[in-house]
Amino acid sequence: MRFKHLFVTTAAVLAAGAANAQMSDGVIKIGVMNDQSGLYADVSGPGGTWAAKKAVEDYGAAAKGMKVEVVFADHQNKPDIGSNVVRQWLDVDKVDVVVDVPTSSVALAVNQIVKEKNKVFLVSGAATADLTGPACTPNTVHWTYDTWALANGTGKAIVQTGGKSWFFLTADYAFGHALERDTKAVVEANGGKVVGAVRHPFPGTDFSSFLLQAQGSKAQIIALANAGGDTINSIKQAAEFGIVEGGQKLAGMLMFDTDIHALGLKTAQGLNFTTAWYWDANDNNRAFAKDFSAANGGKYPTMVHAGIYSSVIHYLKAVEALKSDADGAKVVAKMKEMPSEDKLFGKGSVRVDGRHIHDMYLVEVKKPGDSKKPWDYMTVKKTIPAAEAFRPLAEGKCPLVKS
Amino acid sequence: MFELLGIAPQALFGQLLLGLINGAFYAMLSLGLAVIFGLLNVINFTHGAQYMMGAFVAWMLLEWVGVPYWGALVLVPIIVGAFGVLLEKVFLKRLYHLDHLYGLLLTFGLALMIEGVFRKQFGSSGLPYANPLPGGTRLDFMFLPNYRAWVVVASLVICFGTWFLIERTKLGSYLRAAVERPDLVQAFGINVPRMITLTYGFGVGLAALAGVLAAPIYSVNPLMGSNLIIIVFAVVVIGGMGSIMGAIVTGFGLGVIEGLTKVFYPEASNTVIFIIMAIVLMLKPAGLFGTPK
Amino acid sequence: MMKAGTTKNRDLQIFAGLMALALIAPLAIYPVFLMKVLCFALFALAFNLLIGYVGLLSFGHAMFFGGAAYISGHVVKVWGWSPEMGIIAGTACAALLGLAAGSLAIRRQGIYFAMVTLALAQMVFFFCLQAPFTKGEDGIQAIPRRPVLGLFDLSDDRAFYYLVLGIFAFGFLVIWRTIHSPFGQVLKAIRENEPRAISLGYRVDQYKLLAFVLSAALTGMAGATKALVFQLASLTDVAWQMSGEVVLMTLVGGMGTVFGPIIGAGVIITMQNYLAGFGEWVLVIQGAIFVVVVMAFRKGIVGEIQAWWQRRSRNQA
Repeated sequence: MRFKHLFVTTAAVLAAGAANAQMSDGVIKIGVMNDQSGLYADVSGPGGTWAAKKAVEDYGAAAKGMKVEVVFADHQNKPDIGSNVVRQWLDVDKVDVVVDVPTSSVALAVNQIVKEKNKVFLVSGAATADLTGPACTPNTVHWTYDTWALANGTGKAIVQTGGKSWFFLTADYAFGHALERDTKAVVEANGGKVVGAVRHPFPGTDFSSFLLQAQGSKAQIIALANAGGDTINSIKQAAEFGIVEGGQKLAGMLMFDTDIHALGLKTAQGLNFTTAWYWDANDNNRAFAKDFSAANGGKYPTMVHAGIYSSVIHYLKAVEALKSDADGAKVVAKMKEMPSEDKLFGKGSVRVDGRHIHDMYLVEVKKPGDSKKPWDYMTVKKTIPAAEAFRPLAEGKCPLVKS
Repeated sequence: MFELLGIAPQALFGQLLLGLINGAFYAMLSLGLAVIFGLLNVINFTHGAQYMMGAFVAWMLLEWVGVPYWGALVLVPIIVGAFGVLLEKVFLKRLYHLDHLYGLLLTFGLALMIEGVFRKQFGSSGLPYANPLPGGTRLDFMFLPNYRAWVVVASLVICFGTWFLIERTKLGSYLRAAVERPDLVQAFGINVPRMITLTYGFGVGLAALAGVLAAPIYSVNPLMGSNLIIIVFAVVVIGGMGSIMGAIVTGFGLGVIEGLTKVFYPEASNTVIFIIMAIVLMLKPAGLFGTPK
Repeated sequence: MMKAGTTKNRDLQIFAGLMALALIAPLAIYPVFLMKVLCFALFALAFNLLIGYVGLLSFGHAMFFGGAAYISGHVVKVWGWSPEMGIIAGTACAALLGLAAGSLAIRRQGIYFAMVTLALAQMVFFFCLQAPFTKGEDGIQAIPRRPVLGLFDLSDDRAFYYLVLGIFAFGFLVIWRTIHSPFGQVLKAIRENEPRAISLGYRVDQYKLLAFVLSAALTGMAGATKALVFQLASLTDVAWQMSGEVVLMTLVGGMGTVFGPIIGAGVIITMQNYLAGFGEWVLVIQGAIFVVVVMAFRKGIVGEIQAWWQRRSRNQA
């Protein structure tokens, strides 16, 4: 039982000396808010808090005389709980920067409040590309991935390798519709064809009926424009109905390492999807994964954890340069001005709409026989260069972008 | 070959069969509810949680003890049924003299607790349970996975077995008599409180059995019960609590109707059962098989 | 019945005292939290009107709460209406929905009534999940806080708090007036003995339906206000857990008592606030409270205090 999840457990990284009068209240307070125990707890959850603390430690904040505190909270994937917590954080608890916030609905709510109170919001876990589109603010940086990047990466790569005809299995709510729309555009722009789509109820348990319709469509690719449990269930049931054996391929639109872990390689093998970061891609990542796994009960980090780490480092850099964390918009402006660099995401930059730009990767799930060590699940098939990976500035309809 | 509203008849057969499979779960759950309601006058809100427990106990038996699916099919209803007996003895028993609403509130609270504990312990992303009957048969109109065929057969056997037990055996006649006149049956020397306890255990066991059957198809998930139980409530309202057969027929029938909705108008497949419920309430408030009191 | 007059006065005195406390509360307590308590207290009061005074247990009140939240959010954000119009629109729609749902649900009684309301609410939930204007699982976000009546600025939390307090007081007085009216007396008669009420010539179904619509409308008022306070209308507001929560609040405070729902809402919201970090444990704790209250304190906090008070005064006399 994890009773250490008391409402706000404070992990203070104390500094020597008190030479930081410029900070809003002498302390830089980082609030990590995510799903600590629900559907996305393994995607970010307690590991996200760990990643933020690790970033503070690696940055050497204490040695630089910066006093940084990390607090965390659970939003249970509900926008009202999330906005409640964040209001209280910013109004009463003097939190300066909100980090992570998976689940688009919660992130959009937080986005608005943080702007109102002029603090900083570093998004890692949330998917919606609206955060750097119509809903963009001068206070928000969207770090790790978004729906557009996933649709673009997976859609384009699959069409280019011959998957020309597509059928969509779409979760019938805003998120699913957005994924379907973005992917469809990419598929058609690259010469593919969408032969049909079916909207399934959300959340669904039985997908057999819809899978049968997908099977009947004879499309080469069945795209799963859904997430979490829905994706896992549709993949499992597709295996049951012999869809992959029948020659059709599945394409997951939003998948994490932890989903593959839950499915098992036997069921998930051959699946293609796009990710921003993979732990086994280089030595730096492997070292991070090793520390992470030791501290988090053997689990491995996802791209969301890496994104939290990377975004916190860049934030601290900007605050150090400004010598102040008081004005959120100024800190974000500084983050956009400075190039970003850290050991997990390498070199990158933050665009005027708040989008962090970096390479993305198309990965394929390994066959059970090819997996040599724990969590050895994927091979990187293709690197999508930073310049192509994200939605062009002009198409985002972000009010901060002057046309 | 003729086509019906743009759907080939082959595809239609496939969808009908799938609807029947889902209906099997509705039928088993509403049957358990009807049995419990008949004798205890309690709407067992914990039913969904007990169905979920069935799936989880099967998973635990497999992962921790190594008991395979077929063993779980026998053991799980007994284990979860025993848990039900415990709940009845500790809690429900003390509420019979009160308004039935308290039974509903109590079982609602118990359901929240059970669900919360499982979510805390196992997360809510679901656990895999290997399919004990992989492969399938390629029929003319569809690929029928062996396991799903087994589910339909098993649930039909269980449903009609229960019907036979209650409507056609001596034990069943005691049960039905106890529903009408508990005092009189008690006077004949039958231990009515024990019969009530065991009936609750039996109803819970049915839910758990449905859970075991569901484990290989749907992922084993703490939320699987609460999503389903509300639909089953609607099924019960449509059928009326009048008869065992009513619960079975309504369960399978609504499964098929829902299956067809998934083909012709998938957007409504979540709501179709509730819409039918509204219509039935307007035309026949006591339900299709219910008798107005 | 004998002491009805004095009880009425005592209730109003207590209420006046509570209001006086509420007026100075924001000096010490975070106003957003207070507003949340007030909205849920009104919700629980409206719910209590049904269970406490008509004996109907609705397990679907979230449909009115959440439905009104969406309506007021939509008209204020997209159509640019003022907040007072938003709240009125939400309340009116909840009343209409109450009329539709109520005329179906009152065809059944007791446990069936609970199941029917639950199923109808689930239908509304799925509708809200799929309808485009609710923005699916994102909800209607960033609902603007426009000046009320075009005059008073609501962007300050404290200013808004007094508006919410006013709405709450209005709702309380409506309910209080209802249960002390002849109409309320008929409702009680129906609760105690429905066949007798019928034989006395009352059209029981119409009374029940009217009570249901009133309860739905006031629930809608609470939901619409909550949406404007938090600038958010989301699926949480229409989900079945919300229906369960209001049952819990009323049960904990005391079903059928005048102040029970207010106390219950205060206790449960405070608990949720301080236990938020426990995540799933909140669910377990809520379930445990249900069980404990049903097993041991069926009268609820206020009900138990009243019983204790009566015993004491009887002993003294």
